[in-house]
Amino acid sequence: MFESLSDRFDGIFKNLRGKGRLSEKDVDEVLREIRLALLEADVNFTVVKGLVGRIRERAVGADLHAALDPAAQVIDIVHQELIATLGGETIRITYESKPPTVILMAGLQGSGKTTTSAKLARWFKQQGRNPMLVGADLQRPAAVQQLRTLANQVDVPVFSAEDDVVASGQGDPVAVAQGCIAEAKRLGKDVVIVDTAGRLAIDAELMEQVRQISEATSPKYTFLVVDAMTGQDAVTVAENFHQALELDGVILTKLDGDARGGAALSVKEVVGKPIAFASTGEKLDDFDLFHPDRLAGRILGMGDILTLIDKAKVAFDEQEAEAAAARMLEGQFTLEDFLEQMAQVKKMGNLGSLMKMMPGMPKELRNQEIDDRELAKIEGIIHSMTLEERRDPKIIDGSRKLRISKGAGVDVTTVNALLKQFGEMQKMMKGMGAGMLGRGRKGKKGKKGGGGRTTPKGGAPKFTLPPSATSGAKPEFKLPGL
Amino acid sequence: MEPVILILIALVLVIGTAGFLVTTRKRREQVELEAVRQSTLAPGAPTVPEEVKEAIAQKEADEAVASAIDTVEAPPIETPVVEAPPKRPSFRDRLSKARATFAGFLGRSAIDDDTWDELEEALIRADLGVGPASALIEHLKGRVREENLQSGDELVAVLKAEMKARLAGKDRSLTLDDGQTNVWLFVGVNGVGKTTTIGKLGKRMTGEGHSVVMAAGDTFRAAAAEQLGTWADRSGAQLVRGAEGGDPSAIIFDAIESAAAKGADLVLADTAGRLHTKSNLMEELKKVRRVASKEPGHVTEVLLVIDATTGQNGLVQARQFTEATEVTGVVLTKLDGSAKGGIVFAIQSELGIPVKLVGLGETADDLVDFDPDEFVDALFSA
Repeated sequence: MFESLSDRFDGIFKNLRGKGRLSEKDVDEVLREIRLALLEADVNFTVVKGLVGRIRERAVGADLHAALDPAAQVIDIVHQELIATLGGETIRITYESKPPTVILMAGLQGSGKTTTSAKLARWFKQQGRNPMLVGADLQRPAAVQQLRTLANQVDVPVFSAEDDVVASGQGDPVAVAQGCIAEAKRLGKDVVIVDTAGRLAIDAELMEQVRQISEATSPKYTFLVVDAMTGQDAVTVAENFHQALELDGVILTKLDGDARGGAALSVKEVVGKPIAFASTGEKLDDFDLFHPDRLAGRILGMGDILTLIDKAKVAFDEQEAEAAAARMLEGQFTLEDFLEQMAQVKKMGNLGSLMKMMPGMPKELRNQEIDDRELAKIEGIIHSMTLEERRDPKIIDGSRKLRISKGAGVDVTTVNALLKQFGEMQKMMKGMGAGMLGRGRKGKKGKKGGGGRTTPKGGAPKFTLPPSATSGAKPEFKLPGL
Repeated sequence: MEPVILILIALVLVIGTAGFLVTTRKRREQVELEAVRQSTLAPGAPTVPEEVKEAIAQKEADEAVASAIDTVEAPPIETPVVEAPPKRPSFRDRLSKARATFAGFLGRSAIDDDTWDELEEALIRADLGVGPASALIEHLKGRVREENLQSGDELVAVLKAEMKARLAGKDRSLTLDDGQTNVWLFVGVNGVGKTTTIGKLGKRMTGEGHSVVMAAGDTFRAAAAEQLGTWADRSGAQLVRGAEGGDPSAIIFDAIESAAAKGADLVLADTAGRLHTKSNLMEELKKVRRVASKEPGHVTEVLLVIDATTGQNGLVQARQFTEATEVTGVVLTKLDGSAKGGIVFAIQSELGIPVKLVGLGETADDLVDFDPDEFVDALFSA
């Protein structure tokens, strides 16, 4: 199995961190590894060349200050270049002064246009807009029906050809496109999302067709939908679509797999337009604006703390969480709190994907596939305890354990493991409480090296694995400058 | 409230819970391992491993089916599966549309460092992967020295021969046992073209006189069953489908039973696209594979569908899917685009899984047998 890009960078930079000074040879070695890592991540050959060249120029050039830690500087340079390549800032969607605002979706077969169209419609609804979907894929059997089913789930109307025309497979998508604006005006819809058939970038006839669809709808945004697993060909595809349609942005799909998404870097570099959205799961709400700085941070193994905060804000009940946090820091956290907070964490999404966002997460844990159904087992065990036991697990003796294990349908060792783990968590929390108290003394440490950066860098927080998961060592939990 | 506090709570909970899950899993694995060890060590109590039991049951089931089918209906006229109708397009016709990556150094008079760099670039651009590309080049360098090769032409000839050799020696025919309810299972990540491939293959197999049942095992994607239904209509195959969100194993088993009852000899079973990283979905797929080989089903092919645009992730996909379902072959789709599909080199050399079919276009006739010689030649044609 390939190492993930961030694991790989972890390895490189571990070597660099130990050094006080960086020789040209060091830079060469780092660059060779970076090149290899990027190529294995499917970043296009030409793009890699450019990127590595730029990093070299800055790393060996005058930018490097002798007084500062050279490793941190190289990391910073790589990070900045990745962000720059990925598109700098998050796209800001604006709307036509005279509605509707038309969005055209284009891409290869199977990149995920239909699903993404529905996800986008849902997103626009969340922004307080009133979207309509247009089924202009009359080629793939049942594509319109797929769109209708998905649209139904997000409660958005679909405009397409008459049913019998759709069923015949002979319908004219350009005609559908021509009719959709009037329909949107009639229904008072202010955003129109046009789903088109998948097509090969080298199919002149179909590229002409999508150009005509574009002409008929004059879209404000034309998005190319790109599969995160795409290889070197992403560049050719992007070039050809850009030539025919003048893209305004890219939507990256299937980012929830283990593909390292090098295609994102490539496409951005070639088209020069930002990656606007990213889709990270099969559910219709697994979709959001793309944050290039966050992906760059993730690639560099810095975690994705900002996305995590966003998710937490949505999922947590503020007062409840605050109370829990207070108890937690005082070491008063009970199994009952644990149960409640776990429910909140579950709302944030799949446990495994959350873990991937944690900065400095140990590899063994980050790559661990976690089945959320296993959480039910934990809940089952806690539910099988009396309130008294939940508040004070110390009273749980052998016979209580037996009863709990029977109630939850697990064996006693599992109950033991949970209690042990919970004890360790409590220790960790107390440690954190102490860390929070010490914060005042350390002053503005967090700001000193921060200089307006949006992601934590260099000294990202390091968390070690809870000991029971690896060996038998003492729990260690170092808190960064908070 | 400070978001930092939220994160800390979440973090502790996630780490704690994950730690628990990891430990219990490790322990469970250890216990299982221990159990296996004990069962193999204990001399007095020879236990039969599950696989063996299953295999025995399977064999008995197969025999029962074989005799049952004899009495129901004679199997349709046998046609060699590999034979392609003459109308089918060749690789060369199709691939010539694509830009020729390797054309640059044909006809060069000398082999120098630039030649090697360009060669490496070309191989990487074709998605062979850095590792396989470097290995190939190292090997070639050796041959160039030994055989004293001089020109670019000679180099390309040797390269072609090497690439062909790496793809050679695999049985690429699709297995279809007489008198059985053959099941061909289609697996792969989302959007690679599983349903379309089944549609095309169904047309081809009915055209060759087989009686085909299509099982709409993709119950997740909206309207996947309708899509397959359209193909079933076009090809004269029978469609078995269930409710959206239903259990794919049950639907596929229904299709197999229905096929057996009607004496159909081939079930083409669709499954929902899934990322190989989703363990619960891969478990579901394992179950589908198990259930499909229950009497009267007889799984003779598990075909992994891979999109030619797929990059290095394709190898990981192939590894995970074959671990779950014992993949017997690869279908490489969308090769009529500009993508080269070089990942199949790694898939065959690392996992020994051959490409069996290739998708070269949208019509039913555009699904053809894979030919490694033509595939490699086409990469070099200007």
